[in-house]
Amino acid sequence: MNFWTDPLKLAADWLVGLLVGWGVAQGIAVGIAAFLGILLLIALLMVVDVLLVWVERKVVARFQDRLGPNRLGPWGLIQPFADIIKLLIKEDITPANADRVVYNLAPILSMMSVLILWAVVPLAPSMLGVDLNIGVLYLIAAGAIGTLSIIMAGWSSNNKYALLGAFRQVAVLVSFEIPMVAVLLIPTIFAGSMGMNAIIQAQDIWYVVLSPLGAIIFIIAAIAELGRAPFDMGEAESELVSGYNVEYSGMKFGMFYAGELLHAFTFGGFWGILFFGGYRFFGLEQISPFLSIPILLTKAMIGYWIIMWVKYTMMRIRIDHMLAFNWKFLTPLAFVLLMVTALMNALLQRASPWLYAAGMLLSNIVVGWVILEIMRRFSRGERARVEDAYQARMETARH
Amino acid sequence: MTSAQIIFIIVAFFTLGSGVMVVGTGNLIHAALWLVSTLFGVAVMYALLNANFLAVIQVVVYIGAIAILFIFAVMLTRKEIRDQGPQLNKGWWLSALLAVLVFSGLAAMLWGWEGMSRTAAEFPSGFDSMSELGTALISPNAYVLPFEVASVLLLAALIGAVYIAFNRK
Repeated sequence: MNFWTDPLKLAADWLVGLLVGWGVAQGIAVGIAAFLGILLLIALLMVVDVLLVWVERKVVARFQDRLGPNRLGPWGLIQPFADIIKLLIKEDITPANADRVVYNLAPILSMMSVLILWAVVPLAPSMLGVDLNIGVLYLIAAGAIGTLSIIMAGWSSNNKYALLGAFRQVAVLVSFEIPMVAVLLIPTIFAGSMGMNAIIQAQDIWYVVLSPLGAIIFIIAAIAELGRAPFDMGEAESELVSGYNVEYSGMKFGMFYAGELLHAFTFGGFWGILFFGGYRFFGLEQISPFLSIPILLTKAMIGYWIIMWVKYTMMRIRIDHMLAFNWKFLTPLAFVLLMVTALMNALLQRASPWLYAAGMLLSNIVVGWVILEIMRRFSRGERARVEDAYQARMETARH
Repeated sequence: MTSAQIIFIIVAFFTLGSGVMVVGTGNLIHAALWLVSTLFGVAVMYALLNANFLAVIQVVVYIGAIAILFIFAVMLTRKEIRDQGPQLNKGWWLSALLAVLVFSGLAAMLWGWEGMSRTAAEFPSGFDSMSELGTALISPNAYVLPFEVASVLLLAALIGAVYIAFNRK
């Protein structure tokens, strides 16, 4: 073990050795080292989060044909720090009749639900919080806490808009969780494990090749889970002012905002981990963690950029359309895909990796084609019905 | 006392305290939120017992689905979320008696059980409780029948719910 191949273990061993040398018990020393590791990860994430504010503003500006922040520092890089100072010195307002404890707890839970996700993110083969054998399910469990934080924020604010926003958002979150769970089982079937590290290690061929439909469903469900446009029912600033976080000011609003950005970045990372090989890139990850961390972060950034791209180019979908889209299209599609994948996996278990990949890709194309054909028939029928009704109305108007 | 025992006692007090608050608080939403913290305490218990899968499922199902549904139901059905009426009804002594009886019965039963004073054996290295559970659930020698019956029951409930909610044109 040297610095180049496993720096974190080296640092932890050195620290534990130092503390034991000072007369601290072995167990406590290990505990302190683990605690410092967690603190370091969270601190780094918060720094990344600050820069994400800048990335988000810069990218949205480019999408809207503007320049974005460009006054403070090179390319406006100091802007997010100015934003933080502004958020910190703003007056902290709690609405009258708000439920104080719940009101203050909600932004903390919202941030927490994002940060705990990083416990299972493998930054490098040897660098991860815990290699849970249920990493995929852990993702859903953390989402459950996020859902709870939104409903707490909406209810405790004592504001109609906030409550309406929370209702809508939670309806979306609860329903889009189902295709998400179904599609998360597809990498699990391929890898034979729910652990994030095992899923990455098994991706000699990226799973996006084996299951392109799965990757697309995952990112759609992830965007809904994030509550970003086109699924931003909870905020819907043109209808609900700002939705569930309307009453929050200063850093409490900042927690929701920063949590949302980090959440989007994290889901970009999970997309990379589950479908694009995580920290693997042509064997570079075996050389050093110093190479695998940038690889994973780049993949997360690309995923995050795609989420932003969708957000800033699509309009908001109406809530009933969105729920119909989920229950009548995405959920059945995800389940059909899951069943087809499981069946093909059983059939091709002993085939060579290339045949396996080709079979999986072919089954995905067939499922995709069938679903498109059904959609085409349905929408043609629907259009004919609308046009007939229109014609009939015109006829009666003429006579 | 080992550190595991200290954590267990803290979590147990947290869980039981939250449980008491569920019935003690007059505000229905607060009761639901205390219920969430009780369920979370139970999830921590599972994690302490090395049952990671059950711990996560506890959070996903109970907090992510059932508790959220509770909160929704309370918010959508009550005009006033603060419950003004008395929290106890006439039969409170009966339920208190029943609770004491059940508790003492369980305590007496566990007291006589020889596993009570034993510490749990460590998992052998490489033991994957998750795949053991999965195999047990679909193995004909183990739990495939209850598992399938439960699935059919859930499916029946699902279809029943759709049938009741279905709007005949």
